[in-house]
Amino acid sequence: MRDDTRIEASMSYGHLQRLAGAGAGLQRLFAKRGVKPGEHFGAPGQGSAGGIATGTVIALFLLWVVVSNSGWVKPIFLPTPQAVFAKFIQVSTEGFAGGTLLEHTLTSLSRVFGAFALACITAIPIGVMMGVSRVARGLFDPPIEFYRPLPPLAYLPMVIIWFGIGEFSKVYLIFLAIFAPMAIAARSGVRSVSIEQIHAAYSMGATRMQVIWHVILKSALPEIFTGMRIGIGVGWTTLVAGEMVASTRGLGFMVLNAAEFLASDVVIMGIIVIGLFAFVFDLLMRHLEKVLVPWKGKV
Amino acid sequence: MSNEQRLQVKSVSVIYPGRTAREQVHALDNIDLTINRGDFVVALGASGCGKTTLLSLMAGFITPSKGELTLGGKPVLGPASDRGVVFQKHALLPWLSVMENTEFGLKLQGVPKQERREIAAKNLALVGLKDFHQHMIYQLSGGMQQRVGIARALTCNPAMLLMDEPMAALDALTRETIQELLLEVWQKTQKMFFFITHSVEEALFLASHLIVMSPRPGRITHRYELDFNKRFLQTGDSRAIKSSPDFIKMRETVLSIIYGDERAAEKQKEASHA
Repeated sequence: MRDDTRIEASMSYGHLQRLAGAGAGLQRLFAKRGVKPGEHFGAPGQGSAGGIATGTVIALFLLWVVVSNSGWVKPIFLPTPQAVFAKFIQVSTEGFAGGTLLEHTLTSLSRVFGAFALACITAIPIGVMMGVSRVARGLFDPPIEFYRPLPPLAYLPMVIIWFGIGEFSKVYLIFLAIFAPMAIAARSGVRSVSIEQIHAAYSMGATRMQVIWHVILKSALPEIFTGMRIGIGVGWTTLVAGEMVASTRGLGFMVLNAAEFLASDVVIMGIIVIGLFAFVFDLLMRHLEKVLVPWKGKV
Repeated sequence: MSNEQRLQVKSVSVIYPGRTAREQVHALDNIDLTINRGDFVVALGASGCGKTTLLSLMAGFITPSKGELTLGGKPVLGPASDRGVVFQKHALLPWLSVMENTEFGLKLQGVPKQERREIAAKNLALVGLKDFHQHMIYQLSGGMQQRVGIARALTCNPAMLLMDEPMAALDALTRETIQELLLEVWQKTQKMFFFITHSVEEALFLASHLIVMSPRPGRITHRYELDFNKRFLQTGDSRAIKSSPDFIKMRETVLSIIYGDERAAEKQKEASHA
């Protein structure tokens, strides 16, 4: 009897220990306990997530490899990475739907960056004007706020009816999608100037134009950069819509065309190519931001 | 002195409009004040007494509801480079270096690069920042940033320097150093200085002319001519001056005026809530 109870006791003790172990893990997440020197107590989400992010990417890729190669799902639903890579080589050399991968890519790049450049030279000045002048705000705010939430696919037909099926319509559609977030970012960037900076400039003899150019525009630069990053991202998402009608070239066209033939491998390959270009360009913009607005977040 | 170097505030009132007559705020009521070349005028008072409104009038950021301001006989109609302003904070341009910030005003006025660099360098040396030309603003401490603010305002060679609580955000030690620096700059430049502060000790130490203001409506209730600043410039010993019996006596006198105002304000608030 006694022995039994002792065994039971020790078992329950081990059980308790295991519970305590789990408890310690939970405690790290939820308990209010001081941190090691050098860390900030209570700062949300501190520490680098780079390692975990790399792990996630590798895990997702491995999952893809295992699931697609195991035969659990048909290649039409999920082609293997090898098949996608083979398609990449094939489309690069032989081409698909009337063009090689390079030709499709160059066409799409010129559309997205053409629209982006056009948006930069129009949306940024208009956004800044909206920030500094109530007249400009009154003029531009209603149309921008109205069309901004509309899906580009909704106004695509009108763009085609008005401007035809040529290159201009495609660039214009992407341009419209980029324009609104960029103008809004520039406008709100104007607000990041402090009234003291403006007063100080006037007290040093600045004219209104000098205040706008030398003080307000510079203060707005960090937010303008953020707007450019958001804008180019929106540009990539609108690419497929822009290449839906009457296209013969472009990555979006290639993906849509492949989808009609249920060529999943080409679709996935196209998606990866678009994603990679968008990612690389975003990295470039972030680097440019560090070089051009080094004061960001330090004031 | 000629009319050229004198700022006159003549029977000036400022009323901030409200939706109703009751909501109107008499920020300043019938203020008369003359600042001559070489005067260091300090405005002291509890918050809401209209000190900042008075400075904004002098800077030209607002125009009076009644009365007028003149500088050298000409009416003050807006901000201009003959009145430099030093702010409490957030007034420097973080995308420019210390040198570029300091020469900014002259650059706007189209002064050639070499000339404006020389003038800016001279003023940076005056505030003790000779070796910091290439630093960025965010690399400097709060005290050093205020030094840049002073050098920048001086570089346009204004007749008058307006300072809106420039030391309020600084720690006590830095504050004392900058006070001393400011007096040295004042002595060397002989410009009109107008300075706003909450701190009685700071006001007494800096002022050649002290005005004590009281709130609702903003008025100048007391005026003193002081010489603690000149004593510092002669002896260089600020602690001895700040702990001398006449300084302490003056400090208590002024403190009791201001505390009286604050108590009255509290009572008024309680009455209006009841």
